[in-house]
Amino acid sequence: MFTETLTGRKKQRHERVARMFFGLMTAAMVIPLLLIVGFVVFKGAPAMTWEFFSTNPRRGGTAGGIWPALVGTLYLILVSLCISAPIGVLAAVYLNEYAKENWFTRIVNLAVVNLAGVPSIVHGLFGLGAFVYALHFGKSILAAALTLAIMTLPVIIASTKEALASVPRSFREACWNVGASRWQTIWRIVLPNSISGILTGVILQVSRTAGETAPVMLTGVATFKAIEGGGLFLYDLREQCMALSMHLFYVRTQASGAPEELSYAIAATLLGVVLLVNTTAICFRVFLRARKKW
Amino acid sequence: MSAPAEHGISTSDLCLWYGAFQALKRVDLEVKHGLITALIGPSGCGKTTLLRCFNRVNERYGSVTTTGLIRIRGKNVYDADVSLIELRRRVGMVFQRPNPLPLSVYENVVFGLRIHAEKRPPKSVLDEAVEKALTEVGLWKDLRDRLQAKATGLQLEQQQKLCIARLLPLKPEVILMDEPCSALDVEGTRAIEELMFALKGKYTILIVTHNMAQARRASDECAFMLLGELIEHTRTENLFLNPSNPKTAEYIEGRYG
Repeated sequence: MFTETLTGRKKQRHERVARMFFGLMTAAMVIPLLLIVGFVVFKGAPAMTWEFFSTNPRRGGTAGGIWPALVGTLYLILVSLCISAPIGVLAAVYLNEYAKENWFTRIVNLAVVNLAGVPSIVHGLFGLGAFVYALHFGKSILAAALTLAIMTLPVIIASTKEALASVPRSFREACWNVGASRWQTIWRIVLPNSISGILTGVILQVSRTAGETAPVMLTGVATFKAIEGGGLFLYDLREQCMALSMHLFYVRTQASGAPEELSYAIAATLLGVVLLVNTTAICFRVFLRARKKW
Repeated sequence: MSAPAEHGISTSDLCLWYGAFQALKRVDLEVKHGLITALIGPSGCGKTTLLRCFNRVNERYGSVTTTGLIRIRGKNVYDADVSLIELRRRVGMVFQRPNPLPLSVYENVVFGLRIHAEKRPPKSVLDEAVEKALTEVGLWKDLRDRLQAKATGLQLEQQQKLCIARLLPLKPEVILMDEPCSALDVEGTRAIEELMFALKGKYTILIVTHNMAQARRASDECAFMLLGELIEHTRTENLFLNPSNPKTAEYIEGRYG
């Protein structure tokens, strides 16, 4: 009695194989990631001096720093986020909390999901037609940021809806049954309990915004635009800017004679910017969670 | 318009459809104020649906059509001047799974006061309401030092009592309970039943239960429902000792359920 049977041993073998297989797959994901980041940082490190971060590029991008590109990328992230995050979150609240389930909302939801899958270059072309030409913004930070906002909006809506839907229905029922209005339910219970998920969705889009090259290339990013002088606003929203992603592309493929470590340094900086923005958002999330009264 | 005071809830010719499915069929029910009335019947017979009619929360659950008349304390809840918010404030509901809000014990109790107040209620009013409501449900002694504790971390029985306490500051007329003890153990069930006895008299209590023994020991009147129809409604002793309808007799004997 209770001794191991043949099928039992087979099951155990399968168990071991499955565990190894899934473990290997995880390693196959994590190790290349670490290698890439390590490689980029290692190769770029010699070029990353204070001068690299704080000066304009010189000699057609083969020398000097990346200051305007760094500022440009931050501008693009912030401006596009200021547009897409509020609109996206509020639209998702409407779709998830207010809208009735009917053919129209089904079409809207379908459109949101499909828009999230549109290639970024197509968004770029749309931005070029809509913002640069039709609305006469010209090639500018504003047009580029709006394009990026349009691009990230569907994903923000989808992830926010997911976060809202994960708030248990029983919380909502409890609210309705003491006579809370929809808005009170959303404001007091639903949003505080989904804010982490909402922010996570928004954070992910920051990385995407920072890295996109194609749409901003068409709508407002120049290969060279120096920043002269200081002041609070380094760029005007109506002028073009540089961006790290575009600069990386340019230095690597167009500017002949640029030292190799320069492009790796730019890539490392881009990673750093994404990390910085994400860390800020995570700190904000932790702060919000700590403020929640129990 | 005001009806005789002893009327808690009355319905006449109440029908309800979820889409094309008729869940309630011509229900005529008179629930007396100040008593505990139990609603029994097999699963899917419309008990919960009927309960949800009384604070019109059914309307939040998708396409529902209701016809007929529902009066709470004499007032037709479908009158044009009835505010859903005021109705739900006066007709509270307790659920099968205790559903405290993800807030502190204190905030759970004052939640209703906060959302119905025109301006921020002063702390003294809130403190007083918390002590009064928690005392009424018998939680004050246990929780007076843990008012800032997370409500979702309490024992199930305490959570359920808290859900009842949450209704009290709003001065409800009617408390609807949808199988309030089915997630609780024997001790918890006894505690909730004792609480119901303590609250009896002040409120109209309507409890849906699957547990016939509970209906028998904890209610004054009992109504039996089957397939959306109200079969029988009388004093609890009568229903269990001399059921007048053979379907009732078969159900309480446990021939189906």
